[in-house]
Amino acid sequence: MVNFLQHTFNGLVGGAFLALLALGLAVIFGMLRVVNFAHGAIYMLGAFGAYVLLTEVGLSFWWALLVMPIALALFGMALERLLVARLARLDPLYNFLLTFGLTLILQDAVKSRYGVQSSPYDAPAILSGTLDLGAFDFPAYRVFVLVMAVAVCVGVWWLLSRTRVGMVVRAATERPELSTALGIDVGRWVTPVFGFGIGLAGLAGVLAAPIRAVNPLMGADLIIVVFAVVVIGGLGSIFGSVAAGFAIGLVQAWVQALGEDWALLSQVLVFLVMAGVLLWRPAGLFGREEAPA
Amino acid sequence: MLRIDDLSAWYGEAQVLRGVSLEIAAGEVVTLCGRNGAGKTTLLRCVMGLHPGQRGTVELAGRTLSGQPAHRRARAGLGWVPDDRGCYATLTVAETLSLPPVVGPSPWSLEQVYDAFPHLHARRNAPSTTLSGGEQQMLALARVLRMGARLLLCDEPTEGLSPLLVAQVGDILRQAKQHGVAVLLVEQNLHFATTVADRHHLLAEGRVVESLENSEVAAREKDLLAYLGI
Repeated sequence: MVNFLQHTFNGLVGGAFLALLALGLAVIFGMLRVVNFAHGAIYMLGAFGAYVLLTEVGLSFWWALLVMPIALALFGMALERLLVARLARLDPLYNFLLTFGLTLILQDAVKSRYGVQSSPYDAPAILSGTLDLGAFDFPAYRVFVLVMAVAVCVGVWWLLSRTRVGMVVRAATERPELSTALGIDVGRWVTPVFGFGIGLAGLAGVLAAPIRAVNPLMGADLIIVVFAVVVIGGLGSIFGSVAAGFAIGLVQAWVQALGEDWALLSQVLVFLVMAGVLLWRPAGLFGREEAPA
Repeated sequence: MLRIDDLSAWYGEAQVLRGVSLEIAAGEVVTLCGRNGAGKTTLLRCVMGLHPGQRGTVELAGRTLSGQPAHRRARAGLGWVPDDRGCYATLTVAETLSLPPVVGPSPWSLEQVYDAFPHLHARRNAPSTTLSGGEQQMLALARVLRMGARLLLCDEPTEGLSPLLVAQVGDILRQAKQHGVAVLLVEQNLHFATTVADRHHLLAEGRVVESLENSEVAAREKDLLAYLGI
């Protein structure tokens, strides 16, 4: 039982990263209809940024947690203005290729400066111990990651569902043309929403730095799973992507817990689930069928 | 209030509007009649600024709208009532009502809207796409009244509604008219059109082929129905 709780907890922590990344992808896809392939590279930049800030500037984890998401959000906004917006009128494939190319450039740029081996990054001292929450001792940093991720997801939900800004973004996402005819300047929201999604990936990266191997390819491995998560939740569905993120994290951890022999299955499981969901509900668990144009 | 001058529009190579000119005064209701494909909806989309391939002039209360994006035209006072009723699955009824900015001098308050449409009040927290067809139509109309729009662009607001609801749409349009709101109405239901409109333009192959006063329509009803193919 204690073992099961431990695996469940680890699954939730793993799911927290999937949820944060999937949330950013879903927000961006909803507004721009762009599948941001560079999401994994941004996650990697978040983690590497934290490492560089610590080793070369001397800024602690807490500063990195504040600085990196904001810096990457600004980078994302510039990227949207300078590149993504130019391709917006073309086939979505062009922006997919753009962000794919960007991924390769960012990965190789980091690789050429810092090499491919993982860089060590310690959790802040205050979170280095364990928390006794009854059943077993939880590593304090992982509890912090989980709390942060849940808080961010709830915060984004609140922003989207309970504020005027969120209402406008929902309207612009669901029916852009109708919304402009009702006086909403849809174009004004595109750049900030893109930056926001990118900032979430940066935040996930900083949170990952102390517990995941910080190396140039850390995002490339993860992003494929995140794409599957987004598809399972329903492309563009905010709630679906978060729920699917935590669910996949849990299931992966439970299958891993079955032992060494199941390691391979836990790797491919997410894609099996995706295939199954697509056969059952082509728009994903919480996705809506696109209205015919 | 609205002046359209020599408006032409294209879908790719195909020309769908050929030099349409018309004017609507404040408090006037003008219909566009014509067969499917005559260019009625395209004309509304051109005025709203949603159709990219257009040439000509559109003015609202002396301000030129041509070349402006749709959201600016809405803020200048155009109220968009689309043929699909423009509901959102991700917005509640209350949110759908308060989404557009207030743009005109005499907007309806939310209380006025709920007094006039008690059904919308009862369903205010439901996603707006879950309303019945008639309720969705009332929502689309209530929304532009709450904006205080000066000119309503209504695309077949009575389509698919029961006679009782058609009468209610008529009441709302007449009420708006009394407050000086102008309406450009695309309507297939000729009888309904004569109960609300002052003038009618017959559109065929992208041109205004005939303009009639309301009184003339009754006299030539058979003639016109045959022409419209109804």
